[in-house]
Amino acid sequence: MVAGGDVSMKIDELPRRSSLLPGNPSCQGCPHAIGLKALSVLENPVLIIPAGCTTIIAGIHPKAAFNVPVLHVPFASAAAVASGLAASYRKEGVEASIVVWMGDGAADIGFATLSGAAVRNEDIIVVVSDNEAYMNTGIQSSSTTSWKARTTTSPGGKSEEKKDLAAIMLMHRIPYAATASVGYLPDFINKLKRASEIDGFRFIHLHSPCPPGWRFDSSKTVEIARLAVKTGAWILWEYSGRFRITSPSKPYKDGSKRVPLEEYIKTQGRFKGLSEEDVEEIKSKIEEQWKFLLAFEEIFR
Amino acid sequence: MKHSEYLIAKPSKGSAGQTGLWRSFRPVYHVERCIRCLLCCFYCPEDVIEVHYHRFILFHYEYCKGCGICASICPEDAIEMVEEEE
Repeated sequence: MVAGGDVSMKIDELPRRSSLLPGNPSCQGCPHAIGLKALSVLENPVLIIPAGCTTIIAGIHPKAAFNVPVLHVPFASAAAVASGLAASYRKEGVEASIVVWMGDGAADIGFATLSGAAVRNEDIIVVVSDNEAYMNTGIQSSSTTSWKARTTTSPGGKSEEKKDLAAIMLMHRIPYAATASVGYLPDFINKLKRASEIDGFRFIHLHSPCPPGWRFDSSKTVEIARLAVKTGAWILWEYSGRFRITSPSKPYKDGSKRVPLEEYIKTQGRFKGLSEEDVEEIKSKIEEQWKFLLAFEEIFR
Repeated sequence: MKHSEYLIAKPSKGSAGQTGLWRSFRPVYHVERCIRCLLCCFYCPEDVIEVHYHRFILFHYEYCKGCGICASICPEDAIEMVEEEE
């Protein structure tokens, strides 16, 4: 059995070979490289990658690091290109899962086309691998950066709120939306598998702690991703007709069962020097988020 | 070879060169402590841990970047990070 994962899945049944080949240019402990391993559950995946870290990971010209077809596109056009590709594949009768693998930066910049594709209910899967800043260009804060997190454009800590992208996408009334974490890979694989069985626009928001960007040791990627879930700072949920908090996050519905938030915050350089009031403020924001999602669970039964 | 062939990138290992050279700590496997849960192999970002027969593991040091995720995730401390010598 896989610790911390879905109990119904055995490790032997999980895909082990990644569609990303070894010796690629990803950083040490890269969360995208872990997340991309999950793509092997899809049948004939075709990747569409807007500018971002994954563009770099895909390789330097004569060699390619992916052993699946990859289409590099500009920031704003990712979902639009995917829509066109889906239409042409449908016309040609090609069976493929079109996956748009974007970062939170591309989701900010390409939000118009992303929203458009969701409204048209295009037959694509969108995975936003969210490392909570524009890491590839040098850690500028994005709309999903946590409140008070230090980035190069917010050296005193970000003063704006964090945007709940997955909930915004869910409100487009798409058939499938979920959040996932690289710390719980079996859960992400399950969600990707379930998404692949549905037609229409499917959205997965993947939480990806970035060692150089968040300033922690490269060995702690999985540990910190799990701490985010255990402290309740990142909540795993799924919507496919009905809304539910999924298994790794389930025990933390009860606030008393959560790991103290300080455990999560003190491991990261981006939250260095946070005052006690700020930590309390973050705790109340997390509590609000839980209330919001639990109310959702009640509504979308 | 046609000219257009040069334009197409082919999937191959080591697209960033021999990434094993980036490593400052090397994962060392202690077989006797291993319970063969394969979590290391499952979470290895670089995909350099190969499963051998009887679910024992084998590191491919050529491309291992030495991030240390395998050692930190191991429930039995069967992987140790040892500093590389010159």
